[in-house]
Amino acid sequence: MMHKRKPRSSRLAAILAVLTLGYSLISPVTWAGEAEDKGLEIAARSDRSDTGFGDSEVTAVMTLTNAAGATSTREMYFKTLERASEQVGDKSLTVFVTPRDVQGTALLSHAKILEPDDQWLFLPALKRVKRISSANKSGPFVGSEFAFEDFTSTELNKYSYKFIGEEEFDGMKVDVVERFPLYENSGYTRQVAYIDQEVYQTRKIDFYDRKDTLLKTLTLSDYREYDGVWRAHTLTMQNHQTNKSTTLSYGDYTFKTGLSDNDFDKGVLKTIR
Amino acid sequence: MPKTMTAIDEFAVKLANFVIAKRWLIILATLMITVGVASGARFLTFSNNYRDFFSEFNPELQAFEDFQNTYTKNDNFFFTIVPKEGDVFNADTLALVEELTNEAWQIPFSIRVDSPSNFQHTYAEEDDLIVEDLVKGAESLNADELAEKSQIALTEPLMRNQLVTADARAIAVNVVVQYPQADPFEVPQAVAFARDLRDRMIEAHPDHEIRMTGVSMLNNAFQEAGFADTTEMIPLMYLLLLVLMAVTVRSISGTVVTLLMIAFASVIGMGAAGFAGIGLTPIALSAPTIILTLAIADAVHILITMRNSMAAGMTKREALVEAVRVNFLAVMVTSLTTAIGFLALNFSDAPPFWHLGNIAAVGIVVAWAMSVTFLPAMMSILPVRAPKPRIETGESFMGKLADFVVKYNKPLFYGLGGAALLLIAAMPRIEFNDQWTEYFDPSIQFRQDADYSNQYFGFYPIEFSVQSPGPGGVSEPEFLEKLDEFTAFLREQPNVTHVYSLTDIMKRLNRNMHADEASWYKLPDDRELSAQYLLLYELSLPYGLDLNDRVNIDKSATRVTVTLSNISTTETKTFLNAARGWIADNAPDYMKTTVPTSAQVMFTYVAERNVASMITGNIVAIVAIGIVMMIALKSFKIGALSMVPNTLPILSAFGAWALLVGTVGFSVAAVASVSLGIVVDDTVHFLAKYVRGIREKGYDRAGAIKYAFETVGYALVVNTVVLVIGFAYLATSHFKMNADLGLLTALAITFALIFDFLFLPALMLRGSGKWIADTKNDHTTGDKNDAQTQAAQ
Repeated sequence: MMHKRKPRSSRLAAILAVLTLGYSLISPVTWAGEAEDKGLEIAARSDRSDTGFGDSEVTAVMTLTNAAGATSTREMYFKTLERASEQVGDKSLTVFVTPRDVQGTALLSHAKILEPDDQWLFLPALKRVKRISSANKSGPFVGSEFAFEDFTSTELNKYSYKFIGEEEFDGMKVDVVERFPLYENSGYTRQVAYIDQEVYQTRKIDFYDRKDTLLKTLTLSDYREYDGVWRAHTLTMQNHQTNKSTTLSYGDYTFKTGLSDNDFDKGVLKTIR
Repeated sequence: MPKTMTAIDEFAVKLANFVIAKRWLIILATLMITVGVASGARFLTFSNNYRDFFSEFNPELQAFEDFQNTYTKNDNFFFTIVPKEGDVFNADTLALVEELTNEAWQIPFSIRVDSPSNFQHTYAEEDDLIVEDLVKGAESLNADELAEKSQIALTEPLMRNQLVTADARAIAVNVVVQYPQADPFEVPQAVAFARDLRDRMIEAHPDHEIRMTGVSMLNNAFQEAGFADTTEMIPLMYLLLLVLMAVTVRSISGTVVTLLMIAFASVIGMGAAGFAGIGLTPIALSAPTIILTLAIADAVHILITMRNSMAAGMTKREALVEAVRVNFLAVMVTSLTTAIGFLALNFSDAPPFWHLGNIAAVGIVVAWAMSVTFLPAMMSILPVRAPKPRIETGESFMGKLADFVVKYNKPLFYGLGGAALLLIAAMPRIEFNDQWTEYFDPSIQFRQDADYSNQYFGFYPIEFSVQSPGPGGVSEPEFLEKLDEFTAFLREQPNVTHVYSLTDIMKRLNRNMHADEASWYKLPDDRELSAQYLLLYELSLPYGLDLNDRVNIDKSATRVTVTLSNISTTETKTFLNAARGWIADNAPDYMKTTVPTSAQVMFTYVAERNVASMITGNIVAIVAIGIVMMIALKSFKIGALSMVPNTLPILSAFGAWALLVGTVGFSVAAVASVSLGIVVDDTVHFLAKYVRGIREKGYDRAGAIKYAFETVGYALVVNTVVLVIGFAYLATSHFKMNADLGLLTALAITFALIFDFLFLPALMLRGSGKWIADTKNDHTTGDKNDAQTQAAQ
């Protein structure tokens, strides 16, 4: 009397198996490493498209939306110093403007490639700089759907790559590249980046969690060009599992403002207003 | 014979003749309809969400949904790990916990894993804030390190008695899952993975007991209990019916046809449920058993009349027509009242009862329709031997019983009436208890695991979203002080095993920020400082272990989770009222909107909600059934009076339950209307015969009572026995709510027979009986042939 339905998952698995098999039959024979090389090449081309930007300053508004539709905002500004070598990460300074309670709180980060970043936080209420010794880069940034690593500069050598194919996205031809974190403690097994073929900017990234299910999607839009350097001005992160989302809206960037290593020393944190 | 009766009789005769003439067509049509509707069963799924027990209008559910949209869903898996001996702070157990914690991220739909292993331990080292997993590389920890971990875990308020017991005998891993709810197989899929994970862990660390509980296992248990009921109960029910049929019908053909008929009725009921897209709960799954029980009566009436008519010398065809004619109205009326009783369940707040009511009503109506179409059509084809005239044994006993009732009518009337009133007076002593774990029979794995886990950890979470003065207000010192007072109050309450509060994190951070000096283990006294601590802390937390499930996005509210031990609904209510009382008396205005919520809160009030909503349902059922009775008995007054012997036994059954058992789950709300629809049948038959004895046979009241006993007494006993067995059989369900529903209904039906036999006649002998006897224009559901009527009933 009771018919137990065949689990949809197994049906899906069967379909996937057939599709994969079919695809492998028609796809051109690839020699090992070809996809990896091409993936790296595309990622490198994208990463190098802004080489030489020097330094930048920008303000941003972060809008958090929960599953019930309630929203909350935080304002901050970022200063970034490019470091030419691909073996070291960029330096960045994040200063919170609102909420008022955290105004003047500043996060200094010296990005590394495979080790945890060096991070210091200045707490104005405590008038102290605290070094954050944590291997964790994958946690949510100020309660948002972004991890710190999701929106700061992406270092090429943090990942290994694999070219997946070409697709249409938002009217553009894009290369689809899978990337796999090489550093420990990542919250992701892999990411799938969609990079346009014209100006080599990342348009979309799908993040897959530790069990390799789609966790969230970052959409980068409103790209503007500053003397050959492209910057997205609206970043929207949608969490597919919790239905929460966060939008990061940047103001106008200014480049080559004369920042130097001295501006990214933990000593200067206390002087920030 | 009244005109309408003749019209109905004529219709029944025409119908019977048509059915027999077109028997092959009827059988074919029956089969096609059955197959067509039963094909809907392919859409049937087992419900695996406790939320299915609550309608979308349930205020507790709405509050909880809001809460979960603000923080996170709190479906979970909870692994309780107990080493065979010793405490949990040994390398092997901690290695198990560490492995399980890492692997648990692979459980489908998991979004967070918490354990003493990945607990984010914070401490100060000069000007550094170190944030790291408490246990990493457990296998290589030495005795000193193990002792240090033990000390940290056992003194940490967020963990003690939540993830590790104070005596260090048991340790736990909690996995939060968020189901997309796009596919009914999500829960079984996650459960299968989690069970496999547990098995792997036990294999790798054999000296441990690992049990799984949590909301996901609860949800899965609903499904497993339903499945167990379906596969184990229903086949046995058929066997039981075979025996009953063999005893009452004494015909192979009749038994086969009846079995087919009730099987068709239940598959049509379930098929219709499939087309309606119902997710089957164990409650809805009791419908087939109930349909079987109720449908059998229709067939038995018709088959017995047929047998006796043949014994009296009729041909098979004549006997069939006669059986349909004689029983047509009675079977229709009884089916109708029963269906009304079940349909009234739609007033319940719990969708599973809507499903049960509707499936059962469909099955009952189908069984009635088949009993006057398919049944005669089949019987006209199958061979039936004319039985020898039956030696009547029941009458002499029934006659004696009638004499007894007449003789002692006064003591019986007052005695039974008084007993009923006493029992009814005990009704308020019924205590509702809706503990999820105890919904399940100990043979269900979930129940065993829950009982085991409850020895170590609390079980029922109660959530509070504590409101602060506004955005960012959770850092306000005054708010934190109040929150701390509330937390302390909650910790003092009986049956509270754990309280998770933001204040513990704030105190710890404050201490960390002051070089881990114990004197700084207190709340920061500055709003900005607190806010900046939180910012620092949030920046340090890894994937999945954030504060988003503890503080809302604009930081205007924070979540306090209280865990209660496995306590009764009444004890839970005491706790909830205490918490509400504290908020009313002590909370500042902005905090006053804080209310307790959680699945447990929903279950705590589910009985009240359903009893309240079923009051309307019962009134509708009483009115509708009363109207049917008035039509059936062809008298407004008798119809109205007949409700007395029907409602008294049902209320008495509640009273008897209150005295004998005391507690009941919310399924009790369904009992009144269901049993009312069933027990009126006996009254219809008895009163009909009584009135006819007076009006047509010219008996006095005592004579009419004896006449009623002798004509329908035996049939009523048989009917009641079938019903009581069928409903009492529900007590073998793996699901307590079905057992309560079944036993209480069986009790009500038994009481109804006692009242119909001992109280109703006495009532008739008193003023009201005379009044009925004197009522003009009263007609009966009767027929010309006494012998057949008696047999039919």
